[in-house]
Amino acid sequence: MIEIRNVTKAFGGTRAVSDCSISLEGLTITGLIGPNGSGKTTLFNLITGLLKPDSGEIRFLGKRIDGRLPHEMARLGLIRTFQLSRVFPRMTVLENMLLAPQGQTGERLLSLWFRLPRIRNEESDNRERAFELLDLLGLMRLHDQFAENLSYGQQKLLELGRALMAKPRMILLDEPTAGINPTLIRTMIEMILKMRDRGQVFFIIEHNMDVVIEVCEKVFVLDHGEKIAEGRPEEIQRDPRVIEAYLGC
Amino acid sequence: MDLLLHLAVVVAIYSIFALSLNVEIGYTGLFNFGHVAFFAIGAYTSALLTLSGAPFAVGLLAGLAAAGVCGYLLSIPALKLQGDYFGIATLGFGEILRMVVSNEVWLTKGPMGLPGIPRPEILGFIFDTLPAYLALSACMALTTFAILAFVVLSPFGRALKAVRDDETAAEILGKNALRFKIKSFVIGSTFAGLAGVLWAHYTTFISPGDFTLTETILVLLIVVMGGKGTLPGPVLGAVALIFFQESVRFLRLPPEWTRLLGPLQQMVFGLLLVVLMVFRPEGIIRERGGRHGD
Repeated sequence: MIEIRNVTKAFGGTRAVSDCSISLEGLTITGLIGPNGSGKTTLFNLITGLLKPDSGEIRFLGKRIDGRLPHEMARLGLIRTFQLSRVFPRMTVLENMLLAPQGQTGERLLSLWFRLPRIRNEESDNRERAFELLDLLGLMRLHDQFAENLSYGQQKLLELGRALMAKPRMILLDEPTAGINPTLIRTMIEMILKMRDRGQVFFIIEHNMDVVIEVCEKVFVLDHGEKIAEGRPEEIQRDPRVIEAYLGC
Repeated sequence: MDLLLHLAVVVAIYSIFALSLNVEIGYTGLFNFGHVAFFAIGAYTSALLTLSGAPFAVGLLAGLAAAGVCGYLLSIPALKLQGDYFGIATLGFGEILRMVVSNEVWLTKGPMGLPGIPRPEILGFIFDTLPAYLALSACMALTTFAILAFVVLSPFGRALKAVRDDETAAEILGKNALRFKIKSFVIGSTFAGLAGVLWAHYTTFISPGDFTLTETILVLLIVVMGGKGTLPGPVLGAVALIFFQESVRFLRLPPEWTRLLGPLQQMVFGLLLVVLMVFRPEGIIRERGGRHGD
């Protein structure tokens, strides 16, 4: 689905991502691991249009997407979450969810005045779906709270729910279980697996190897911006280059 | 009684002015420090047209259009700037516009101002008495309130709030932040133009001195004190501030007292502002979960 070919991105003299090629063809949940500073988030930023690659190309469903603007990526069906959750703090949980669906008629200023019945229908459909997801995420009773009142873990769950509301082709999760308590990690994993069974495709940056082994079909390993290994999670764990990258030298 | 009616008219006009700014500041997070410029554009456009014989309706619509178009033209370069820099650009625009109005004497008569602006006439009825003008401006204020409420409570308004809270996250969710900000700015500017039109035809005399930074600050205070990002906030703020500013006039005091009271009032006002910002920074009305929450 995503095809990354020889992508390089440098900040000053440092190559954050160096001649990296990754293909996510036919995979449902793919992991991206690597030590801190190995270029994982930079790669996500390149895919989602927050950064432009210096060279190389990125294709999504066959179309070149590198260098496009972030809001175009969402339209193409690519949604991400952030390492430090970025919910909209002064909007309610439900509003956060309702914002995500793409191509809403009610977001066009002129349509507001002429297509009210259609907007009402869209809103009530979206609302129904939002409540279903909030229920699965255990956030139902918080739906009318400002998102800033949620705990950090709950915010990360909300971010996942918001991404799902957009019905994207692929969701990129940047460390979905970092910094949240074990109960919420369980909720997060179960949600990801449940959505995979419904056909949702994920690309996940994750540090917690237990989570990687449980959910990922295939894993790519980055170190100093280079891809050093790829394979099934169990194989990766035994790969000497990976062990070296993690234990340092 | 006349004083009360006069204050009510001023409150209605400033409510429109504040409601329009609230769309930008409260719902989109655009700190516009040149909002008075669009008030002035509306006022001058309508005044010049009606003085040269056009009917009020034409002046009104032209005033709205001129303010909206100028808002659009300013927003394209200014909204490329972020946060404080955007604020400074709008501040600059406000000052430049006032300079233009003061100096283009052939058009605006410069500092002399435009006297004798006709009272509005709609379908043969002339709004030349205080109660009539109050009815007109109250109607306009209610219409503005209804339109802006409809807009900010819609999915469009929800997207504005998302851009306000976190522009990058909104972009990642497929919202073209720049487009939403431009639209918000044009809406705000257009309704500021409406307030300006009503002001010009109420006072019947306008000059560049009416459109200084002080006006922008006053309307900013109204929005922030009333509660930005809420619907009733700006209206409540307008009532509170206008009445407070004029309150001295209600007390029939000997002249030597009022000489002291003037400055004293400003001090009390400043003190009240500090107290309010310390104990209730969100303003009189607090922003709460939207109606989407039920």
